[in-house]
Amino acid sequence: MRRAGLNGLGLLVALVTLFPIFWMVSTAFKPATEIYSLTPHPLPAHPTLANFRTVIDGSVIGIPYWNFLKNSLFVTVVAVAASSLIAMLAAIALARFRFRFRTSYLIMLLIVQMLPQQALVIALFLDFRRLNLLDSLVGLILVYTAFALPVTIWMLRNFVAAVPREMEEAAAIDGAGPLRIFWRILLPLTAPGLVATSVFAFIFAWNEFVFALTFLGTDTAKYTLPIYVQYFYGRGSVDWGGIMAASTLFTIPVMVFFLIVQRRMVNGLVAGAVKG
Amino acid sequence: MVKTVPGQPGGSPAGLRAAGRRLTGRHLPGGPGPAGQYTARERAAALVRRRHLAPYILVLPSVVAIGALVLWPAIQIGLFSFQNYGLPQVTGAAGTDWIGAGNYTAILSDPEFWLSLRISLIFAAVVVPLTLLTGTLVGLLLNRLGRRMATFVSGAALLAWATPAVSASVIFVWLADPDGGVVDWTLSRLPHWLGGGAHWASFSWTNSALPAYTLLTVLLLWQGFPFIAVTVLAGLKTVPVELHESARVDGAGPWRIFWRVTYPLLKPIFLVLLLLSVIWDFGVFTQVYIVIGELGNRDEYNLGIYAYDRAFSNPPSYGAASALAFILTVVLLIITVGYVRASVKQGAIS
Repeated sequence: MRRAGLNGLGLLVALVTLFPIFWMVSTAFKPATEIYSLTPHPLPAHPTLANFRTVIDGSVIGIPYWNFLKNSLFVTVVAVAASSLIAMLAAIALARFRFRFRTSYLIMLLIVQMLPQQALVIALFLDFRRLNLLDSLVGLILVYTAFALPVTIWMLRNFVAAVPREMEEAAAIDGAGPLRIFWRILLPLTAPGLVATSVFAFIFAWNEFVFALTFLGTDTAKYTLPIYVQYFYGRGSVDWGGIMAASTLFTIPVMVFFLIVQRRMVNGLVAGAVKG
Repeated sequence: MVKTVPGQPGGSPAGLRAAGRRLTGRHLPGGPGPAGQYTARERAAALVRRRHLAPYILVLPSVVAIGALVLWPAIQIGLFSFQNYGLPQVTGAAGTDWIGAGNYTAILSDPEFWLSLRISLIFAAVVVPLTLLTGTLVGLLLNRLGRRMATFVSGAALLAWATPAVSASVIFVWLADPDGGVVDWTLSRLPHWLGGGAHWASFSWTNSALPAYTLLTVLLLWQGFPFIAVTVLAGLKTVPVELHESARVDGAGPWRIFWRVTYPLLKPIFLVLLLLSVIWDFGVFTQVYIVIGELGNRDEYNLGIYAYDRAFSNPPSYGAASALAFILTVVLLIITVGYVRASVKQGAIS
């Protein structure tokens, strides 16, 4: 009886939580007549791909969807690779060395993580304007790399610290140099952590809105996916079918990613959240 | 890479390597050449070892990146906030124009500033407790559920959490759309004693501040509770089962067990979650920007949107915007100090 009550409650929480996502996908497959009908139906009566076609053709903006997907993938992948590499170096320093300013550095990471992006974007906009980095994906990559670093370093540090020091010492005694120790011991053993932190960096860069909105103002061909979705939404006559289709295409990859690495995500979070 | 205590040569990889060489009598690449001549690379490596430079070299790239792209802009915001900084300064038609505290005095007598500050404060005061409460309850529920059900519920929560802010915002605006939105349709069909009625048909949720921020409350609750739930659940897993069992044997009910056993043990986690939530909800931007329909409805601005509007609406006023952004940053930094202190207490900085 008690069990049934708890399960009922769990089911209710799950269904309420899933409803907005379900509604997004369901709307994306509905023809306009059903979207604007006076009585909304949960499932499309006559499912259609027309909304997805509109999105992929990019008729609203005059540029096909693939262009924005390519921009988003390019920016995200480069930023994730760069921030993972830089964070790995810093994480090794934090986990394996005692050095002056180490505590200040850690506190700096915590503080930097909390600075509001909509404030910093004002100064960065003016800097990038001077450096000709506006309307450029390179500018976005720089910003995403830097802003992903604090969390990435913070999380990776725990993963590096978890590798037994004795393994590295044993390898050093056997004559392995620092680089070899890194490639043969540290990297393989921290790989799961690297995956988890990369996912965090990926999601941050893939979803990021404020910088992309501000830096990519006029050059629509440079838009990343969040700005494309926003562009769809920002037009005068609102095409909800198209917006939901664009939003579905944009959201599904993130969700798949989340579910694939779910366990590691939660572990990484525990490492990051419970300890810090 | 193996060093812990500075000034202990045997602990460094270099020392270990030297020891290895002595033991095996083998020449390794990187050591001095047969003639005792050191190359520039070897001399540099020796310098790094002697001065314990390795950790500094390792953190250097991150320090440069964060310094140039996060810290420097923050300092610039502070500098710009004391300047009259508009289009003439951007194009170079006019030089730097320091005006002292002019931007700040203008802001303090600006009713739009006070309105946006009030909106930010009230919003955080409402959303933070709601998110914490919901997240904690779901976390406790997850801890009690059977394996399969727990996976299902946490999977659903994970999907909400994974939804990007832009998608979540457009979904909720669509759910609450006056023409065809499912929220108005449901409300207009609810019985009167539940607050329903025909007046909900075609009700616009985005045209004025109160409905817009009600919608935003639900939206941020939906996006925010999974993180709390998962973190609380992770904390609960660290509480020994025996503690709960013995409390139950002693006749304590669930309410008492939570406040007397669970809460004291998880208090540090709750403190961190509280501060993080305040920082996120006070500084929320993307969701507000989309729900209030981009820039333009000035009576729906929160502090972050107002600062952004002053910088990027015509004519741009980067000085005034920087002053607003600086105020926002300082408020968040004050909360962050609490967050850092809580983290230090928890032993995160070690």
